Amino acid sequence: MTDAGSPLHTLTLTQIADGLSRGDFSSREVTRACLDRIAAHDPALNAFITVTADEALAAADAADAKRAGGDTGVMLGLPMAHKDIFCTRGVKTSCGSRMLDDFVAPYDATVVERLAGAGIVMLGKTNMDEFAMGSSNESSFYGPVRNPWDRERSPGGSSGGSSAAVAARLVPAATGTDTGGSIRQPAALTGTVGLKPTYGRVSRYGMIAFASSLDQAGVITRSVADAALLLGVMAGFDERDSTSIEQPVPDYAAGLGESIDGLKVGIVRQHFDAGLDAGCAGAVREALAVLESRGATLTEVDLPNLDLSVPTYYVVAPAECSSNLSRFDGVRFGHRAEDPADLFDLYCRSRAEGFGAEVKRRIMTGTYVLSAGYYDAYYLKAQQVRQLISDDFRQAFEHVDLIAGPTSPTPAFRLGDKTDDPVTMYLNDIYTIGANLAGLPGLSVPCGLVDGLPVGLHLVGPHFAEQSLLRCGHQYQLETDWHRRCPNDYR
Amino acid sequence: MSAAWEVIIGLEIHAQLATASKIFSGASTAYGSEPNTQACLIDLGYPGVLPVLNREAVRMACKFGLAVNATVARRSVFARKNYFYPDLPKGYQISQYELPIVEHGELFITDGGEANGEPRRIGITRAHLEEDAGKSIHSIHEGLDRFSGIDLNRAGTPLLEIVSEPDLRSAREAVAYMRKIHSIVRYLGISDGNMQEGSFRCDANVSVRPRGQRELGTRTELKNLNSFRFVEKAINFEIERQIDVLEDGGDIVQETRLYDSDRNQTRPMRSKEEANDYRYFPDPDLLPVVIDDAYVEAVRATLPELPDAKRERFVAEYRLRNEDAGILTMSLALADYFEAATAAAAAKPGLVANWVIGELSAALNRDGIDIEASRVPPAGLAALVDRIADSTISGKIAKEVFDAMWAGEGSADQIIEAKGLRQITDAAELEGVVDAVIAQNPSQAAEYRAGKDKLIGYFVGQVMKATGGKANPAQVNALLKNKLTGGELSDGGGS
Amino acid sequence: MLARLRIADDEVADTVDKLTRIVEFVDRLSQAATGDVVPMAHPLNASQRLRPDLVTEPDRRDELQQNAPAVSDGLYLVPRVIE
Repeated sequence: MTDAGSPLHTLTLTQIADGLSRGDFSSREVTRACLDRIAAHDPALNAFITVTADEALAAADAADAKRAGGDTGVMLGLPMAHKDIFCTRGVKTSCGSRMLDDFVAPYDATVVERLAGAGIVMLGKTNMDEFAMGSSNESSFYGPVRNPWDRERSPGGSSGGSSAAVAARLVPAATGTDTGGSIRQPAALTGTVGLKPTYGRVSRYGMIAFASSLDQAGVITRSVADAALLLGVMAGFDERDSTSIEQPVPDYAAGLGESIDGLKVGIVRQHFDAGLDAGCAGAVREALAVLESRGATLTEVDLPNLDLSVPTYYVVAPAECSSNLSRFDGVRFGHRAEDPADLFDLYCRSRAEGFGAEVKRRIMTGTYVLSAGYYDAYYLKAQQVRQLISDDFRQAFEHVDLIAGPTSPTPAFRLGDKTDDPVTMYLNDIYTIGANLAGLPGLSVPCGLVDGLPVGLHLVGPHFAEQSLLRCGHQYQLETDWHRRCPNDYR
Repeated sequence: MSAAWEVIIGLEIHAQLATASKIFSGASTAYGSEPNTQACLIDLGYPGVLPVLNREAVRMACKFGLAVNATVARRSVFARKNYFYPDLPKGYQISQYELPIVEHGELFITDGGEANGEPRRIGITRAHLEEDAGKSIHSIHEGLDRFSGIDLNRAGTPLLEIVSEPDLRSAREAVAYMRKIHSIVRYLGISDGNMQEGSFRCDANVSVRPRGQRELGTRTELKNLNSFRFVEKAINFEIERQIDVLEDGGDIVQETRLYDSDRNQTRPMRSKEEANDYRYFPDPDLLPVVIDDAYVEAVRATLPELPDAKRERFVAEYRLRNEDAGILTMSLALADYFEAATAAAAAKPGLVANWVIGELSAALNRDGIDIEASRVPPAGLAALVDRIADSTISGKIAKEVFDAMWAGEGSADQIIEAKGLRQITDAAELEGVVDAVIAQNPSQAAEYRAGKDKLIGYFVGQVMKATGGKANPAQVNALLKNKLTGGELSDGGGS
Repeated sequence: MLARLRIADDEVADTVDKLTRIVEFVDRLSQAATGDVVPMAHPLNASQRLRPDLVTEPDRRDELQQNAPAVSDGLYLVPRVIE
């Protein structure tokens, strides 16, 4: 118990940092509390693929020793989990796939390295859709993750293990990756905060690639302040990633307290069309009213090509993934079929056995759209539409500072509900995909409950506008308590 | 080859760039290490790794572009060429496709035999940067005969693929072109050009068409041409094969064929049977390579004198024959050797050139060593040539001296002294020998006097034999003529 | 097939059905008026950074080959390749 009387697992990252610096508890105690929560609740949630209890406790002890030695690092000894898409040296890194069930990464992803360098204690690796391809966490080789708000429902995907673990208070924070909404959508569906930074803001080195021009690493946390804290460590130039941007990292936490008075917030009319659940629409409108009450001005903006963002994405992402996943051939690492008859058999069976159905569909789609005779009609066309969508955002941001709307068209859906039709599943990402296509930062913050299920408010800004996103989200959280709501079974 | 057929050849040359590290990773490019000890995470295509482009590779490509009078693209783009092969770790090769770094270049060949020694322009369509693949090893050892082994040390080594226009009209021209490119990349110091180690290799696209026909015939692509000799042999074999097929009323199949040097024939490659659709698309892990004019000019300032310019200078400055200048400038090291020897010699450059092209090159070839490792240094050769020029020894004796120098027996002067090879230039001494020879061959002397002029050679030979080759041939010639024709002088009545 | 995937007989119908739906869905792109819009390959308009030509990677063969399914004499093994 802390001096505030709250159990350790209920604290946000910022509260833990404060407690550690005051000496209220040790990193070992808070790490132990998280591990106990995982042991108690994860069997029902399936949020973790790997729990690194021993390593975590050792790291916590090391952090405590450093603190005792005078180190006052803010991140020192804070526990969190990593999505199993990030390579972690000496620890199994499966990417949710049978293909990498035995794979032990021989190196740390830059994100993992930076966080560890700042003193973060890794608790384990979270479950995810296979190779991050999915919006429900049902494509994981390790089985679906369950939503702590209703275990018959999906926690979203692909960072569903991270969102469920944070929502159920197993961990205060977890990394995620977002290619079409894979941080923001699960955050919305679990009542957590999800931040996808600008493309190039956080290094992709060591993050197993799904679609290289869309992938971006971010975090799922309980509060916007926590997301700001982590982004400050994760962000920044990395010479190992050619697409990483050489630009200074601002102090994201410092600007949170500033008022949003005068902030121009854009509302996209199409966001409130028929596809949006009425309850979600109501919650989002209320959230917009809160922003207005804090001084923001609401303006309608137009994103005329929004409808095309999902089909564009489902050409570009599979095309890149079909190539990115060619390296899984059963030769240097990963699953290899038994007794291959010849080279062709080795490739075909290793890949057929190692990859699940959704991954195979995307590889085949990607192979198709890049093949001779179809390249122009699909891939090139999609690249052109991508440009149009990007231009739409650019024009919108000439008039507004941010765009606000729903993160997901519905609250969490039932497991199995959308597995029959891939296209229905794909349409889940309709509000989030645009930010990936244009490389923009996006933030989802909890903004209500519909029939006991969380709803997310989605904020998107221009390139490198993380500060205004975080400030807006934080100001919203000062006014509301949706982010403090906890699913009944996990208080 | 039949005069009724015209041959069309285009070459794709792969020159390995002489960088220390790989094109997209910090692994070493050194040749000959233990398998897979120079294949890092990036070369192995590990999950999560990303490529970062080597600065030197770009500079070298730019240098090449400027050397062949090409356009150096201010914006070039890396693309992925997708196909599965065990020596290709990522399942795609990072290459350049639509926007290569070098385009529209040219060079001139003079020794292809197609234009009577006039320079022929050969277009260079493009040159692009790409990564090399690894190596498959088929006989690892007994017990593993069902397997091939993959060594990825070479994977990720930077290559410059230089694609010619289909401007070449014979195997000989193809070789002349390839030698020219080889010479240029070596001059530029951007490739070691070592063909045994595979750092300079070539594929040839070959087709034939009836002379006068406009459209091109169906072509085949020849792979595995790793020496100049094989390029010529493989192309000649393929030309004959295609003509035979066509003359028998058959059709050429567009295919990739492998040259088998043991059998001197080409055969279809089994592994490439499947029609490949490489699905090129821009590599999302790499951004466009943008270079500006200042960069290009800075690189231009570092260009050395190139083979053609050097050849012209050799003709003008040293009064060499164009052909000799061409041979000397083929390799920078040979040209440097010649210039060093010429600078050290008092003799005329032409004489030095003869010795570099003749005896020295022959000795290097015989022992299979490079000019850099020559056992006779430029100054040593210069001293030898000077002894010919100042008549200390004859050209023939000089060959003996050269062989001794090559064998490490000392300098030219040391050997001449030690072996007593100095020419006999003393008139009295020579006269005595000449008189003796004439006296010993009275019938030949009579025949000569009767008009059989050719016999002078016989007498010279006899004199040389008698002096152990040390007589000055010109002096002997004059003496003999004098003595044989001027009978009144045969009693030794003065000279 | 290009993707080097084998689809089991009992999965073929479902795979074809789902792929057909996906292709029909992305066919919506054909409606877009793209004219001469420049295709967008990267979200940010940046250019490639160049790395100094330095050897920075040590030999880690033995460690890295622990992930390999079949290795002998330092080589990765595959069924015999015929060229």
